[in-house]
Amino acid sequence: MADMKIAAYICQGCGLGERLNTAALAKVAQKEGKAALVKEHAFLCNAEGVQMIRDDIANEAVTHVVIGACSRRAKTEAFGFTDVAVMRANLREGVIWCQPDTDEAREFTQEMAEDYIRMGCAEAKKVKLAEVNPATATCRRVLVVGGGVSGMTAALEASRAGYEVVLVEKTGALGGWASKLYKRTPARSPFADPQDTPVAELTAAIEADGNIKVYLNSVTSKTAGAPGRFNVDISQESGSTVTELVGSIIQATGFSLYDANKLPELGYGKSANVVDQAGLEALAKAANGGAIKRPSDGGEVKTVVFVQCAGQRDDSGTHLAYCSGSCCLTSVKQAMYFKDANPDIDTVVVYQDLRMPGNGEDFYRSGQNKGVIFTKGKVSSVEATGNTCKVNFHDLILNDQTAIEDADLVVLATGQVPNSGTDIELLQVAEMEAVSSTTPEIEARIAGLKGASILNLQYRQGPDMPQLKYGFTDSHFICFPYETRRTGIYSAGPVRRPMDMAQAMEDATGAAMKAIQVVENASLGRAAHPRSGDLSFPSFRREGCTQCKRCTVECPFGAIDEDEQRYPVFNESRCRRCGTCMGACPVRVISFENYSVESVGQQIKAVEVPDEFSEKPRILILACENDAYPALDMAAMNRNVYSAFVRVIPVRCLGSVNTIFVTDALNSGYDGVMMMGCKHGDDYQCHFVKGSELANYRMSKVDDTLKSMGLEKERVQTFEVAITDIDRVPQLINDYAAKIQEIGMSPLKGF
Amino acid sequence: MSKYRNSFLKEVEEKVEEGNWVKMCMQCGVCAGSCPFGPHWAHPPQEIFMMIRAGKREEVLSSDSMWMCTSCYQCIVRCPRKLPITHIMHGLATYASRLGLVPKSQPTQAFGQLFWDNLVKVGRVNELKLSLGLYFKDGFGQGVKNAMAMQSVGLGLMKAKRLNPMEFFGGHGVSDKSGFHAMLKKAQEIEDQRKKPA
Repeated sequence: MADMKIAAYICQGCGLGERLNTAALAKVAQKEGKAALVKEHAFLCNAEGVQMIRDDIANEAVTHVVIGACSRRAKTEAFGFTDVAVMRANLREGVIWCQPDTDEAREFTQEMAEDYIRMGCAEAKKVKLAEVNPATATCRRVLVVGGGVSGMTAALEASRAGYEVVLVEKTGALGGWASKLYKRTPARSPFADPQDTPVAELTAAIEADGNIKVYLNSVTSKTAGAPGRFNVDISQESGSTVTELVGSIIQATGFSLYDANKLPELGYGKSANVVDQAGLEALAKAANGGAIKRPSDGGEVKTVVFVQCAGQRDDSGTHLAYCSGSCCLTSVKQAMYFKDANPDIDTVVVYQDLRMPGNGEDFYRSGQNKGVIFTKGKVSSVEATGNTCKVNFHDLILNDQTAIEDADLVVLATGQVPNSGTDIELLQVAEMEAVSSTTPEIEARIAGLKGASILNLQYRQGPDMPQLKYGFTDSHFICFPYETRRTGIYSAGPVRRPMDMAQAMEDATGAAMKAIQVVENASLGRAAHPRSGDLSFPSFRREGCTQCKRCTVECPFGAIDEDEQRYPVFNESRCRRCGTCMGACPVRVISFENYSVESVGQQIKAVEVPDEFSEKPRILILACENDAYPALDMAAMNRNVYSAFVRVIPVRCLGSVNTIFVTDALNSGYDGVMMMGCKHGDDYQCHFVKGSELANYRMSKVDDTLKSMGLEKERVQTFEVAITDIDRVPQLINDYAAKIQEIGMSPLKGF
Repeated sequence: MSKYRNSFLKEVEEKVEEGNWVKMCMQCGVCAGSCPFGPHWAHPPQEIFMMIRAGKREEVLSSDSMWMCTSCYQCIVRCPRKLPITHIMHGLATYASRLGLVPKSQPTQAFGQLFWDNLVKVGRVNELKLSLGLYFKDGFGQGVKNAMAMQSVGLGLMKAKRLNPMEFFGGHGVSDKSGFHAMLKKAQEIEDQRKKPA
């Protein structure tokens, strides 16, 4: 790279010229920021202004551009120069829009703007334009694990988009769960009657598709690599193993029904006439449109009772705690098996709450129209007597302890249990136990957990994807569906969350898109979601590394392996560029070209801290760029005013905040540090899943440091901020500023 | 009769006006919450529908709940499933009355019968006779008391020429009485045809 040459541009548009002394700002950039070239412009983002910058880049060998204008979130196209490193000093949203336009406020507003210019120039000195990672991988094939409806749909969608697909199915035939069904719930208007499953159609399409290679009776026995270069061993029943190179993976391993044997109180196992939903499908398949007979004696079925939420939505901790969201539809469908064959058969669905997703409401109406009786109630027990059953329940509408007698068939709607493989957290616990003392019990437990693995990932973090709640793979089901904590591996269908067939097919399509996106990004050396397109990647200074493994442990995405000497090995295409490793590193050797401990640290130090007697405290805000920073911007757009004593630095994720930032800030004389990250825990909103949680954990340890510095613990605070907190964020800032006024100025100024 | 079987539901569908809608109720309870008389009913419509589906024939037909309906139509307006609830209530009441299962001296039923009998005779409602009939429905003594209590209203109406005491003797009717009766007979035939006993 040529010598560094910083150019700073100060915009006067959007009221900046009226509110700020831009000539003074230019002087700051020149004198303190050491910018070689400083220009003011009346309207920087217009064609002429942008051309001016381009000309300087071309003619003046400018390498770093500091733009003192609007937020980095605005005008990204106009200022999206790809050949130089670009800094954005946020003078519009960050200063004039969040400060009052009064004579008294003018001094503070100008100070704020000058600091942002200083920070922009300081950052410029410490960053480089990110260059394409030379270690790109270009395999564009997609591996789909699981040949059910989700897997087949994902395979076909990827293939139709022009990508080669490898499909691995454990059993001897495609179809999965759907092939056990007699009919499916309707997917077409008028959504009134059960219809044939799509298995035959999908299987035929796959067989006819030259782009899809199918392995039946096969499992993925070993998966290693990263997006664009996964090496997957596919072991076949015959004993032979094939290795396939693929670019991304979709796990569509579906669900198993909750074991009805755990529900003896509902008569399962006591009478052949009590079946689960799979049992009824088998009976319906055997009858094939004819009359379904009573299993115990082949007698005529006159009354069928469907027990919803059997072993589900259980708050006692014994059974499934959640609703599977598909069993109500299935029960309506199964009641229709009887009603369509003979309307005189009585079918009663005992539900607590009917949940009819999608067009299920029409299907429910159709069921009612056909004479299926729906009654809101909670079943307490099923008594099997002879060839019939008595279903005892509490009618919740009539508040009546009652019973349906002489039911010929009772169908239990047990829920979906995900086939997500090894619970890597349990495995970790077991392995930790084994380190201190191994017993045959622990060894058997470890073997069992490992044996359950589906992907058999060769990652140091464990053989399968991390799970969140109830054993489903961790995939944020609202904000980032299909995404998992293993880059390039996506989950689709009921392994991700409970769902019905229509949803699973949509899900599979979405996951196929993600799988395509990731191979394309990987082949260009770019990051996947959420910093999609980012070219920077982490590197570490080997001499300084103490092999503490903090980075490999804390990386939310399992992107970092270890070499033989226990140094970290970054798998760049697995990396999401959140910087959690950088925040974790106690010796601060991990950095990105355009984001490092230095690039943030220099911004912190660049701020001019007035002395103790000035009555001008300084508060540092480290704001997550995904949620907190946009919230601040939007607050400013609404002209929500907040304290002029704060200086905001956006960070990639709160997980990338190194505790040195905090000590640096306090040592530089800041009076307080606010950290704003996303909500963490089970209902997390963190774009990097674990980043904000880790940051919170690290900061909980900061109190001791503060004590040793002789500072109050209130000087460093962490806040959970959502992108919608437009009114709350200014309030948080103002409350915090008031608190700092209360405890007084930091004694560490001017050292 | 067995519980939670379709038998009573089917009977209601066949015999009760708009009874085929009962199975479509989704138990949301909006009707129960909307009814201005809600707290005074033994069973709001939602419960009546559930009781029909649960096969509680006697309880439903001998209930006085559907007689409490004032036809305000609030439930029909609000029902998300568009059930003609008011009409079903009247249908159930009519059916119960036909079967003779109405609770003894149910006032709505008594007034309804009085009104009908009064009307069909001459084709017009004789208001004087209707109100006297209502006053004296609980016996002569009570009737005199009721009439005395309403004396001033009656005299006021007479003074304003809104009440003719001569109506007591026969009163006036429609001009084509036999045509009117023929119409009623035909309507009854159509009704019987529709609700043919099974």
